[in-house]
Formats: sequence, C-alpha cells, structure tokens
Amino acid sequence: MKRFFLSTLLLVSLLPATSFAHKVWLRPSQTVLSGPEPWVTVDAAVSNDLFYFNHFPLRLDGLEIIAPSGTAVTAENQSVGKYRSVFDLPLTEKGTYRIAIVNRGVFAGWEEDGERKRFRGTPEMLADAIPANAENVQVTESIGRIETFVTNGAPSIESIQPTGEGVELVPLTHPNDLYAGETTKFRLVVNGEPVEGMEVTVIRGETRYRNAQDEVQLTTDANGEFSVAWDEPGMYWLETSTEDKKTSVPQANSRRLSYAATLEVLPQ
Amino acid sequence: MNTKLTGVILFLALAGVGWADEPTADVELTIEIPRMNVSEYHRPYVAVWIQDEDRQAVANLTVWYQMTESQEGAGTKWLPDLRQWWRRSGRSLKMPVDGVSAATRPAGDHKLSFAFTDPRFAKLSPGDYSLVVEASREVGGRELLTLPFTWPSEKLQVQEAKGEEELGEIKLTLQPAK
Repeated sequence: MKRFFLSTLLLVSLLPATSFAHKVWLRPSQTVLSGPEPWVTVDAAVSNDLFYFNHFPLRLDGLEIIAPSGTAVTAENQSVGKYRSVFDLPLTEKGTYRIAIVNRGVFAGWEEDGERKRFRGTPEMLADAIPANAENVQVTESIGRIETFVTNGAPSIESIQPTGEGVELVPLTHPNDLYAGETTKFRLVVNGEPVEGMEVTVIRGETRYRNAQDEVQLTTDANGEFSVAWDEPGMYWLETSTEDKKTSVPQANSRRLSYAATLEVLPQ
Repeated sequence: MNTKLTGVILFLALAGVGWADEPTADVELTIEIPRMNVSEYHRPYVAVWIQDEDRQAVANLTVWYQMTESQEGAGTKWLPDLRQWWRRSGRSLKMPVDGVSAATRPAGDHKLSFAFTDPRFAKLSPGDYSLVVEASREVGGRELLTLPFTWPSEKLQVQEAKGEEELGEIKLTLQPAK
C-alpha cells in the first residue's frame, strides 16, 4: 500500500500530463463539420477544470493525426502558449479524423550517493541518464494517449481502428454520433485486447459553473465494454488508466498506460 | 373538427371553381417563415424530409440553404446546424442535390407541391410516416415540427402545426388517392 502511494506520488511529480489530479485534454472547436474544406481548431491543455486553460499547455510533440483515408497528416499553425497549445486542421477529406497526442516515455528513480534522483524522458536517453553507481533503480515505461475525433460529412470508421499500442477506445457507436438522451457503447482495449474491470471516469465539461465534478464511474465488462448514458449535451471528457508488466523498454519493470478522450454530445 | 374539415372541403371546392385550370396538387405543404424584428436577420436554413416510425429519413423533400458563394464560400458549412436533418440524412448527401436543394427564402408563406407519382412518395411502402420541417437561423434559433401522415393516402389528410420561434404555421394536405 505504502509503495503504491509512493509510486503514485512519483507519478504525479514526474508526469503531470498523466497524473490523477490534473486532466489532460484536446478540445476541438466542433466535431461535426461540413463543406469543401472546413477547418477545425484544437486546444490542448492540462488543467483542473474542463475545459479551461488554467494550468499547463499540453506539448504537441506526440501529435498524431490520422485522416479518414488512413494517411497521417500534419496540423497547421501549431503553437504552445502559456496555458494551452493550439493547432488548426483543414478537413480536406470527407469522413472522420482521429486526432491524438501519444506520449511514449520512461521515468526512472534511483539512489546515487544516498541521494534520490529522478529522470523523465525518452527510452533512448535512459542509458546516459542513469549513472553506473546508481542503486535501487526503478524504471517505468509509460504510454499515454489523449485524443478526440472530428468528422467532415458522414462519419467513417477506417481511421478509428485500434493500433494495438497501449490503451485505446473502440467506439461501438460512432464517436461523432453522440446525442443527449441516448446511450453509447464503447470497448476498451489494451494492446488491442479487451480488458475486464477497467475503471472509466466520464465528466461533462463546464465544471467551472457547477459545484461538483459530477463524474460518472464505469467499469468494463468481460468483453471490455461499457455504456455511457448521455444526460445532457456538451463536451465530455473520458479517462482511464492501467498498469502492466508488458514493457518494451529493456530496463523497465512495469508499464503505466493512460487514455483520455474528448467527446461531443449534441442536443436532439 | 367536422366544421373544420367541411371548411377545408368547401375551400377546396371553391378553389377548384376559382382556378379550374390549376389542378390541386396531390401533396401540398405550406411553410410560414415568420417575419422577425431583430437587428441582425438572416434567412433560415430549412430542411423538409419524410421519416419512418424509427425516425429514419426515407425521402428528402427540400433543403433551403445559402447556395451562392460568399466570402466563406457557399453555405454548406452551416448545414450541420440543421441538426436532425444532418444526422438523419444531410451528412451522407453531396450538396447540392438536384430537385431538393434550393436557395434560402424570405419571410412569408411558401408552398411546395408534389404529385403522388413523385418517386419520393411513390416509393414509400405502406405505413405511418412523419413529415419533418426543421429550421435553423444564423444568430437565431432552431426549431423542428413534425406532421404525421399515412401512406398511401386513402382519405383527405390535413395536418397543421405552429412553431414558436423559427417557424410559423405549417400545413400538410394529402389528397385521397384517385
């Protein structure tokens, strides 16, 4: 228990982008668009409130956008500000775009001459970061996926198939076809496989204008599936995380996986 | 109801006398776009479609939107504001659609007529349907009205509804099939 608490603390201090207290999110200006080449603009931030910029910008290094045809596209006008990052995306193709920031990293802790040291970075940087005389080395790999979906015209599903890496959300109902008063079914997969018992948090935005988070806690069933009943229209934030030992970094002995998505629910 | 129906029949009879050379359409729809006293007025986008009992769109009757190029291009950008129409049908269409899309219209009464031989009606399988009128206005609101009808039309069917903001009176008349 104590160890768990410690590692949690370590996580919070090392990985603000995937910590428990702060919410990481991408928020598109709108999710359902039309026209020959509509543009969407997306904010990316880490904050306590949804969806307000009051803490950190979210770095855009891991930005991965998949067009409806399956090709990777680059966002325009990328900018990292004091509290938020921003980018624009022209939707030149019809169908659904998957917009994600994927962070693949490692964090390590060790003792060096009786002092605690910490490191956070890429797996390649790890060998140089930890000195030969380090003791009690703990290396944890992390994969975090933060994503959202936007559609020009009719929704398509080619771009939203799981890649098989980390935690991913498989929308059994299309993520750009969510309406208040309806229920949506999702599946969570870890490395492409459904996982039972994953805990999911769903929170509607505009938290600044109410006294409670009003979060909904859900758990995946044997098929990795869960349902969300949308009470009100709005931008929603969905989050889950898990840990396993399936590391791809040789020095790492555990792996932490996180997932967050922003979904828009429209009025009927 | 009886007097109303009699009134309608009487009106139709008189109309028949008055414009004998203009046969009554099999299906007639009037849509009133209300006159508004607002500082910034834009003509509403309006979509009219037929949906079945599962709310699936089975026919598009008309879509009025800004078809001419402006600084922002043609007005297809705002079509998703017709939220239900967009979900049920619009998003899978390639605009403009022949015989369906048309320019926006000013405030006033607008009449649409269809023959039973129009494929959009002729192809309907027998059953209960709704004719849906949805209007959405830039810097305004959105309103949706639904008029039920039965197909094929065995007797005279008259349905009316009145909107509160973006739509005025709408009226659907289906003649009995000959």
